[in-house]
This record gives sequence, structure tokens and C-alpha cells, in this order.
Amino acid sequence: MTIMNIKVTFWRVLFVVIMVLGLYSSYVRYLHGLGAVSNMTDQFPWGLWIGFDCLCGIMLAAGGFLVTGAVYIFHVERLHAIVRPTILTAFLGYVLFIVGLLFDLGRPWFIWHQLIYINLHSVMFEVGTCVMTYTAVLFFEFLPNVLERFHLQAPIRWVKKFYPVLVVLGILLSTLHQSSLGSLFLIFPEKMHPFWYTPAQPFFFFISAIICGLAMTIFESTLSARAFGRGLERSVITELAGALYVTLWVMALLRLQDYVHRKLFMDIFKPSYEAYFLWVELILAFVIPLAMLSFKKVRTDPNLAYLASLSAILGFVTNRLNVAMTSMETWVGHHYIPKWTETMITLMICAMGFFLFSMAVKYLPIFEEEHHEAAAAATDEVKVTVPPLIAEEPSLAD
Amino acid sequence: MQFIPTDMDMSAVSGAEISMSKAILYDATLCIGCKQCEGACAQQNKLPYDDRVAAEAVQSEHKFTVVLSQNDKFMRRLCQHCEHPACASVCPVGALHKTEAGPVVYDVWKCIGCRYCMMACAFSVPKYEWGSLNPRVRKCIMCPDRIAEGKQTACAEACPTGATKFGEHDSLLEEAKQRLRDNPGNYVPHIYGMNEVGGTNVLLLSSVPFEQFGLPKIDRIGEVALPEYTGRVMNLMPDFIPLWALVLGGVYWVTNRRKEVAEVEAQEKALRGVR
Repeated sequence: MTIMNIKVTFWRVLFVVIMVLGLYSSYVRYLHGLGAVSNMTDQFPWGLWIGFDCLCGIMLAAGGFLVTGAVYIFHVERLHAIVRPTILTAFLGYVLFIVGLLFDLGRPWFIWHQLIYINLHSVMFEVGTCVMTYTAVLFFEFLPNVLERFHLQAPIRWVKKFYPVLVVLGILLSTLHQSSLGSLFLIFPEKMHPFWYTPAQPFFFFISAIICGLAMTIFESTLSARAFGRGLERSVITELAGALYVTLWVMALLRLQDYVHRKLFMDIFKPSYEAYFLWVELILAFVIPLAMLSFKKVRTDPNLAYLASLSAILGFVTNRLNVAMTSMETWVGHHYIPKWTETMITLMICAMGFFLFSMAVKYLPIFEEEHHEAAAAATDEVKVTVPPLIAEEPSLAD
Repeated sequence: MQFIPTDMDMSAVSGAEISMSKAILYDATLCIGCKQCEGACAQQNKLPYDDRVAAEAVQSEHKFTVVLSQNDKFMRRLCQHCEHPACASVCPVGALHKTEAGPVVYDVWKCIGCRYCMMACAFSVPKYEWGSLNPRVRKCIMCPDRIAEGKQTACAEACPTGATKFGEHDSLLEEAKQRLRDNPGNYVPHIYGMNEVGGTNVLLLSSVPFEQFGLPKIDRIGEVALPEYTGRVMNLMPDFIPLWALVLGGVYWVTNRRKEVAEVEAQEKALRGVR
């Protein structure tokens, strides 16, 4: 018990430390400006906040449209149990993306200009509009949790009636902005290293969002099962891990085809600054998870599937950071390393995500609906043992 | 001149015909490096200018044009005022736009500070007020007020040798070609800005390769107007959105119908079983 207390205290202490340093960084950001808080310069106008908070944040929140789509459009009923936590993750992801934007934009108080000054040629406009609309859609998809908490039956029926419309809208908007995040980078062919400048970038961004949506769903289901002491349906993980395996292969072959087509295949193996980063990316994103998932044992064991997913997530996060940062460094002629205050704001936003997730799980019926179903399928439950260091994270708020 | 193979209206990105628009021709072989243009530019844009600023050899948020020098060779850097400016096409709120007269101008009150323009510019021209709490994007805007009054830009007016010349795009381009023909030995055989990223309203002549002064080579930035790269994808949207919505709606209808039918059949089966 004491050990448990120490563990919990450790995460609490870490949370408080991150929040304090993050708030100090926010103070620097809003009272001394972007130059004081970050290492962004005229040569590197986009830094960690675009690379991680925006590009990766949106990618990791893709589970929302995938799982709702699978359950409500394709009627894959087996995944029903994870719809609510996935929507929660997606909703938090998008809200925190907007919080991140409020730090990154130079004039965040004019963010609403997007609504009245419209430039249809701008990919950024499209991304912004889709993200704004999709966040609203996610709000309504999330709303039944809150309504149920307060036993408001009438509005729940009303939302449920429009649920298929919301889900179709969610998939449509996600397809658009997930791919358009890749289109953002199409307009500077001269600046990016050919490893990461490809005309297929929008397509790759969309598929990597699908992969990370699946991986994140496995990751977070396993994690919350451990952290909240819930049982976990083995079949759900198996289903997701199978889908992850297939999409990873598709992506790997497409990436290979892209490099072969653009005659870069041999360059991959030549050591260079960019190649090192590419190797890290390819090993984490493809080699490790594909090797692991090729075994049926891994796909059916939540703990192993969790590790494979984690590797894929890290790999695709590396990919997006490479696209946004590494690929420009040769053109610019110097390196960009985020300032500690910049990193702290990113960590603070992540910590807020974990905190809000655990609060929502504590006070809203996120897992409750599933409990009825889980009781029926109790025989299929499996005990989850993930490394406690990571698994404890969501329990910060206890 | 239609660079963008599209039915979308590109007028927000490009002005009218480039031929009649205003342009600047800078001939480095005539430049004596006096930096009068820098001073005039600072005065026109109400920027501080003293010996310290004059010594700065980079474009910045307080220095929109700079005369670079290397071994008695000079090169002026300023906004190229592209015919199809990438900065204007990427701006989500249309804060940057190309006017019919030629300049690429900036409406500060629209700007939300996403800095996509800075990323998109092939010449790395837009600069940011990183120290400000209400930062603006800063760059040469080709003195639109002066042009509207029928005057030349401040830099062209200040230039004592005629190295910076203001005029109509086509006549300046013709003049540049004439100078290359007349004195081929004086110049590298290239008019910088004639074809770069689809053509720009600032044309440069030099006796040494342009890349020595940090101007990207044309084989790197290409002759294609940069907005075309994103335009190709953006143009798919009007067709893609209804089609994809239809497919998703259709799949929902089919799977939902199948579910309903299955339920009814199960009920009927149960009823038959009772009988």
C-alpha cells in the first residue's frame, strides 16, 4: 500500500512539476512573446508546437472517426465497447490541439478570423475549418456521456437520432483534414529533403492517421484497463491488432513504392544526417511492429499488442517530426532544437490530456455502458499487465 | 498566362496580367553599394535606420531590403513579388494578396499569426516580429501608396545610379534582355525572376551567380508557380466531398437495412416457432 502511495505520489509530483513549469512557460509566452519562449526563428517559423502538438496530436486522435465509423457505419458491433473511451480521447485530442494553437499562433485572439476571412486556396484554411467543425461533431458525439450523468433522457434520444449523421460527417471531415495536414507540406518542394517530400504526402498522412488511430485505441484500451482495474475484451484487441497489422503492411509497401518510384531507394541505405532519422522512423514504425504483429500470439495478447502499438505510435510521431523539422534543416543550414520552455508547454498540454481523461473516466459513464456488456462476456476477460510506470499515468487525478 | 490548370478562380492569388503590372529591375553591375535604397525603404516604412542597421546583412522584421556585398560585387534582396505568390495562396485568412498593380501586400488586421507564409516563401522573405506581443509579418510591399499616386517605389527613387529601376513589368523585362544582349560579358546569362516560381515582379541581373548571395537556384525552386502544388489537391475537394459523403451514406444505408431485415426475420422466425 505504501509502495502504491509512493507511486501515485510520484506521478502527482511529476504532474505538478510539469504544470508549474508549463504555467511559467505560458507566462513567458504571453508576456514576452514567441521569441522569448521558443527557439523558432525567421528560418524556422514552425517548430515543436506545429510538429508535435498539431501534426501528431491530430494523428493520434484519429481513433475517434475510425471506431465510430466501424461501429455505426459498418456495424462492426464487437468494437462497441470501446466507442466511448475512443470518442473521449478524440474529443480531448482536438480540444488540446486548439489549446496548442492558442500558444503557437502569433495573434491567437484573432483565431476566429478563419470564419470570416476565407481563402479557399489555402490548405491551412481547409484544415482549420475541418478541425473546427469536427471538434463540434466530437462534442455532440461526446455529449451523451454528460447527459447520461445527469439523467437527461430526452436530449440523449435527440442526439442518438442524429448519430449516424454525426458519424458520417466525422469521417468526411477527418478524411479531409487528416490528409490535408500532409498537403500543407506540398508547397515547399524546394525546402524539404526528398525523403519526406512526396506528392503522395496527403495520402500517407491519411493512412498514418488510420494506423495511429488503431494503435492508439489498442494502447489506450490496454492502458486504461490496467489503470482502472477493468477487464478487457481479448477479441477487441485481436480485432484491432489484426487491422493494424494489415494497414501497416499497406503503408510499408506504399512507402517502399514511393521511394523506388522516386529513385531514392538506394539513398535510404547511405548514411547521412537525414538517413539516420529515417532509420529511426522506419524501424519504429514498420520493422518492430510488423515483426511483432506477424505472430498470432502478439495479436491475441493485449500486453504484446500494446508494445507493438507503442512502437508504431513512436515511429509515426518520429515521421511527422521528421516531416516538419528534420527535413528542413539542410535547406535552412542549421539545426532546430526546441527551447525548454517550448517543450514544457507541449508537456503541459499532454499532462492536461491525461488529467482530463482520468477526470472524465471518474465522473462520467465512459466505461459504464460497457460494463453491462462486459458482464455478459465475462468469460472472455483477460488480466492486463503493462509496465506500471506508464500504466499509472492516467490515475494522476485519484 | 494560366499556370494553374484549374476551374477554380485564382484571382485571389494572382493579380491581373503580369505584363501591365509594376515591377522593379535591379542591375547589380550598376550598383555601387551606397545603401540609399535601404535608407529610403526604412523611411518609407517608418523603420529605424542608422549605421548599426545599415551594417546588418540580413532581411529582418526591421529591414525589408538589404544590399549584400561580396568582393565589390553587390546584390539587393527584397520581396520578389511573385506573380503567383505562395505566401498569399497559403494564408488561411487571406491577409496577404497580390494587387493588380503588382505588389504583394499585407493586411495586418486579418493576420492570425500562423506563419505559413514564412514557410511557403521560396525566397524566405516574410519575417516575423518574434519579440512582439502582437506580432506582424513584415516584408517589402512595393510601396503601394506611392504606386497609387503614380510615383516610383522609394528605393528606385533613391537610387543614384539607376541600378534599381521601377516600371512596367514587360518593358523592364525587355530592357533586361536588351542589356544581356548588349553586354553579354558583363552578366551571367540569366534574368533572375523571369521564370523562377512562375515569374516574379522583381527582376535581377548580376555578374556573379545569384546563389552566391543566397538566392535559390531555379533548378531547385522550379518554374512552376508554387500554389499549383497545393492547388492540384485542393481542386479535388469539390468533387471528393459529395462523392465520399455519398459512399459513406450508402454504406450506412446498406448495413443498416441489412440489420433491420435480420431483426425482422429473427422476429418472424420466433413467431413461427411459437405457432
